[in-house]
Amino acid sequence: MTPALLIILGVILASGAVGVVAGRRVPMNLENWAVGGRKFGVIVIWLLMAGEVYTTFTFLGASGWAYSKGAPTYYILIYGTLAYTLSFFILPEIWKIGKREGLHTQPDFFAYVFKSRWLGVLVAVIGILSLLPYLQLQLAGLGMIVEVASDGAVSSTAAILLAFLLTSAFVLTSGLHGSAWVSVIKDILMLTAVGIVGFGIPRIHFGSIGRMFQALIEKAPDHLVLPGASPAQGVPWVMSTVLLTGMGFYMWPQLFGTAFSAKNDRIIRRNAIIMPLYQIPIVLIFFVGFTAFLILPGLSNGDLSLLSLVRETYPSWFVGFVGAAGAVTAMVPASVLVLTAAALLAKNIYRAGFRPQASDHEVMRVSRWMVFFVSAAALVFALLLPNALVNLLLIGYDGVAQFFPGVVLGLSWKRVTRTGVAAGLISGLAVAAFLVFGKHDPVFGLNAGFVALAVNAAVTVAVSLAKRPAAEPAR
Amino acid sequence: MRPGMKKALACGAVPFLALVAALPFINRLRPTVLGLPFVLFWILAWVALTPVFLFLADRFLRKSDGKDENR
Repeated sequence: MTPALLIILGVILASGAVGVVAGRRVPMNLENWAVGGRKFGVIVIWLLMAGEVYTTFTFLGASGWAYSKGAPTYYILIYGTLAYTLSFFILPEIWKIGKREGLHTQPDFFAYVFKSRWLGVLVAVIGILSLLPYLQLQLAGLGMIVEVASDGAVSSTAAILLAFLLTSAFVLTSGLHGSAWVSVIKDILMLTAVGIVGFGIPRIHFGSIGRMFQALIEKAPDHLVLPGASPAQGVPWVMSTVLLTGMGFYMWPQLFGTAFSAKNDRIIRRNAIIMPLYQIPIVLIFFVGFTAFLILPGLSNGDLSLLSLVRETYPSWFVGFVGAAGAVTAMVPASVLVLTAAALLAKNIYRAGFRPQASDHEVMRVSRWMVFFVSAAALVFALLLPNALVNLLLIGYDGVAQFFPGVVLGLSWKRVTRTGVAAGLISGLAVAAFLVFGKHDPVFGLNAGFVALAVNAAVTVAVSLAKRPAAEPAR
Repeated sequence: MRPGMKKALACGAVPFLALVAALPFINRLRPTVLGLPFVLFWILAWVALTPVFLFLADRFLRKSDGKDENR
């Protein structure tokens, strides 16, 4: 067994074990399982949110875009920062309602605020359809990283099976506590790997980061300013995309749900203040992608540029370390995605749709079965039908972002109605689907999802205003 | 609106002005700063400055909380 293989397998097994042990001293009821008993302090919340936010896409996509598109990749740095700024104002209000009413999930929030069980079911269905392809993407990324980093010694399929079975196991035993503790391993490994690679690679090949940029400016100055190598993704595209993804960010059901796990609203605010600093390491990943653009031109798949360059530059044991960091980077978000999808299915579709009389105890039991079901579905899609969910993935962000007007207006505007929110949500989704699947994205230089979001907001407000204020029951 | 919220929202608007509204004006290569293309330096600087503005927003909110109730 090579050192690289040993490191990869060791980290995956250790992460699984830590996740399983994390929940051993906590009695597993719905409250502890889904929202960590609402007891997480500022450090755990930070680890968990950072753990969820930095996914395999951060590793592969940010460097891949820097490599193949150039400047449009900067949007990744911007949208997270906007999302944290928005979360500073919105998440504490969501937390307060969640605490007061004992909410566990995003559909719970919609169902409570708009007094509509069926709006909750609709939100749950949209949420699950958006989560599943995202989960599959994490698994595919995991397989790719481990296969490349182990030099083919561990096949993509074997890596996915091993890492994901362990992930499902700790979701089952420990719920959100498991994800939080595995995040500790993940954040340390990932930041170490990114730090070494991001500073090291430009230095090793060009002497310094500044000289790398000098070389790039001489060779391809246009690559570094918008629209880079991607004419459709100029300034208006970046502006509309960062607004869309910034607003959509915490509308992902798994991130929205993390807000409920905090001990109090102060913790959420403090977390929002420091989170933008966690964006800064992304710039190091850009450096690697830019260096690859100079050193390894002509790769067919830009997403492999980081791994290819790491292999080119470092000894094989270190490549194994990067692979291990990449694997656990997929495990944490995957665990929260599985947990969230299972909770949505059990609480917001099974109970809200079919069995209103089910107790929390029964919902917990069903949630655990749903973990099996969701995990099996994700494996089938990842291993057997890798292309089945591609369309859903294309529209995933555009889809969850459509929750934003309902959440913000629900918190701040007394006249907003459930009919307005449902109408806005459906018209936003319809516009997004029409534009994206009709290959009209970007549309007039703007991100199609942003256009859909504007339509959604307008419809929500218009339909809400059409109803006389007195007719709306007091909330 | 609770007191202090207006000031807090004004602080929260700053990253949006710097990172979205300003984008058409700062999309340039030169001058390079610390070796970085200007546009990348600008974005990075404002990402790093955002916590300062959120910290100020938090102070405005807490000040008004302190007047309303003892937390």
